[in-house]
Amino acid sequence: MAIQALHELHRRRRSRNIGVGLVLVVFIAIVFGLTVVKVRQLGAVQGFDHVVRPELLPGESISQ
Amino acid sequence: MTDASVTDNEYDAEFGDYFALLKPRVMTLVVFTAFVGLLLAPVQLHPFVGFCAILFIAVGGGASGALNMWWDADIDAVMRRTARRPVPSGRVTGNEALSIGLALSGFSVVMLGLATNWAAAALLAFTIFFYVVIYSMWLKRSTPQNIVIGGAAGAFPPVIGWMAATGSVALEPLLMFALIFLWTPPHFWALALFMRSDYDDAGVPMLTVTHGRRSTRRHILVYSVILAIFAVALGATAAGGPVYIVAAAGLNIWLLKGAWEIARRDEAMAEQDSYAVEKAFFKFSLLYLFLHFGALLVDAILRGVGLF
Repeated sequence: MAIQALHELHRRRRSRNIGVGLVLVVFIAIVFGLTVVKVRQLGAVQGFDHVVRPELLPGESISQ
Repeated sequence: MTDASVTDNEYDAEFGDYFALLKPRVMTLVVFTAFVGLLLAPVQLHPFVGFCAILFIAVGGGASGALNMWWDADIDAVMRRTARRPVPSGRVTGNEALSIGLALSGFSVVMLGLATNWAAAALLAFTIFFYVVIYSMWLKRSTPQNIVIGGAAGAFPPVIGWMAATGSVALEPLLMFALIFLWTPPHFWALALFMRSDYDDAGVPMLTVTHGRRSTRRHILVYSVILAIFAVALGATAAGGPVYIVAAAGLNIWLLKGAWEIARRDEAMAEQDSYAVEKAFFKFSLLYLFLHFGALLVDAILRGVGLF
């Protein structure tokens, strides 16, 4: 059966639930924002993509 | 759960009660001083990373506040100034304060390490440990120098802010540390002089209780003189500038004048005007710290826009 009358307790619990919810949303935004900033600070990233690319190997020259 | 059991329940805290555990007023000082430390550092962080660093330092400071409230609930309940805090007033249980304090401590240290560097994170962890274990659990109830030692915990944030940007320490953040460290005892001893019954009732060995009020007045003067020397010295470093030097000169003359007046008064004189001088000194000392760091901030901004 649904609770008909709202007690003061319900108001406090709602405040707590909304507060915790907002904190979690802010936390997600912070982690996302930090990830974007950190990844951008890495600069351009090149991978080997299954085939060895000699120009990416340290000490190897393209003329090899 | 039935309606009947709802009304029988213990007090369920609202979100604001948990937030109050983090000592938001103390947090403003932590945020401000850490921000100045971070801004004055020679290495510039990305603005978002800087914002996150300040946030995590603030959360770490708040976590240590929650752990302090868990541990000190018994003396908080006795003192008028602290009796309405969430734990002594029964709005939050001691176990909740402990859990929130521990969780936020771990969270803030790990997040600061990931966002900036692990040296800053380690110093934040040490600050929390220092405030909770060394100060709250060990020295607060056992030595009249408790405020002196406790002041060190509050003095770390600008150093953490600087380290978050640079990963190392330099003379400037150490002088900022000294400024807050030396400011804390005269500030709280002035409070103890006019909140006389609070610390006595709680059995906290404040200097006023163990060494008497005459000695406390002399201590305020001595610490104020040392504080003034360090405050002015900060102006001679790269962190200082014309605004800081002018502000520090004015504020420290004012500080020394106030401390001198307190030192030459006795209890009869203080009771005659209801501790007006001590109360004025306490209020001024709050402004003193904010204005010093504010002046550093103004100088940094002026340097940033190339004014000097």
